Amino acid sequence: MKIYGVAILAVCFLIGQIMGQFLGKAFQLAGNLGGVGFAMLILVISNDYFKRKKLLQPETENGILFWTSMYIPVVVAMSASQNVKAALSGGWVAIIVAIVATAACYSLIPILSTIAKKNKNI
Amino acid sequence: MSDIIKLLEKNGLVFAFLVVGLIMYVSYYISKKITKSRIPGAAIAISIGLVIAYFGGENGLASIPAFSGMAILGGSMLRDFSIVSTALGASFTEIKKTGLVGLLSLVIGTVVAFILGGSIAFLMGYHDAKSIATIGAGACTFIVGPVTGSAVGASSDVIAISIAIGVIKSIIVTISTSFLAKPLGINNPQTAMIFGGLVGSTSGVSAGLAATDLKLVPYGALTATFHTAMGCLLCPSILYFIVNAMLR
Repeated sequence: MKIYGVAILAVCFLIGQIMGQFLGKAFQLAGNLGGVGFAMLILVISNDYFKRKKLLQPETENGILFWTSMYIPVVVAMSASQNVKAALSGGWVAIIVAIVATAACYSLIPILSTIAKKNKNI
Repeated sequence: MSDIIKLLEKNGLVFAFLVVGLIMYVSYYISKKITKSRIPGAAIAISIGLVIAYFGGENGLASIPAFSGMAILGGSMLRDFSIVSTALGASFTEIKKTGLVGLLSLVIGTVVAFILGGSIAFLMGYHDAKSIATIGAGACTFIVGPVTGSAVGASSDVIAISIAIGVIKSIIVTISTSFLAKPLGINNPQTAMIFGGLVGSTSGVSAGLAATDLKLVPYGALTATFHTAMGCLLCPSILYFIVNAMLR
């Protein structure tokens, strides 16, 4: 049943959130530190485990995949509910950061692929 | 008329499904027919979202009562839930094949984008750790920015900037990849994985690689998905922690 997949996703999500909350408390910082990241890691690890044991029914997986397909629509709704008027004053920051960050990442590609070629064994 | 508005307000989430569905339809139509798929539909849809948010108030379009459901659909709970679900497409066994370099590209890509984004934010007048971390995270992808922003409690306008950064980045990547593939040597699975890991932006990487060589798409998309996970893990935790300590 699809709901099993949604339930598995919910467990991963909640454990991740709890871990993030705990970490936030531990460092005495407001908020949730890395909860989404932890949840994603837990889902990847448990998915690998389920696949190996052949425990995941396609129908169960579909419950998770539905939310994957909702990801861009949800992001669109999120963008539409931001304070864009106030953000426009910082519009230049957005453009400059985007260009500089992308250029820097591109320039690192040849360096890393050279390292990869030299160390074929690792 | 006021009855209809009341009805829409009461059924806000359902109305938001309809509104977002229409935005998606228009965006993918524009993407396919006008840009010939050069700009991904997702990037257009998010841009349209940001543009219509301008006509709203503090909560963007959701400030208008009839559209209040947009804030539920795009709120942090459903957003984080659907983001976590995308991790299903990634597999550790696959990324192990890229080896240490794959992992290295993920970490370096995230950290470099964060440092550059954060530094530029600082130079341009943002001096609080929350805003700096959120803008730095936005330099990773349009997901890592808002996830970090709401985790550390940044203001909505800073979160909007971080989304915009991610969207502009994904558009740059989409358009420039096919031109830069040759000089950068993106012509084999391993370089495609390094590319995806460094740059992040899953939609930009997949669309860019699709325009370059269709066979490379799954490799780049795989590490790009991990880039978002890595960003959501590092930016609101260790990296925010470091920024916070540096400003004290």
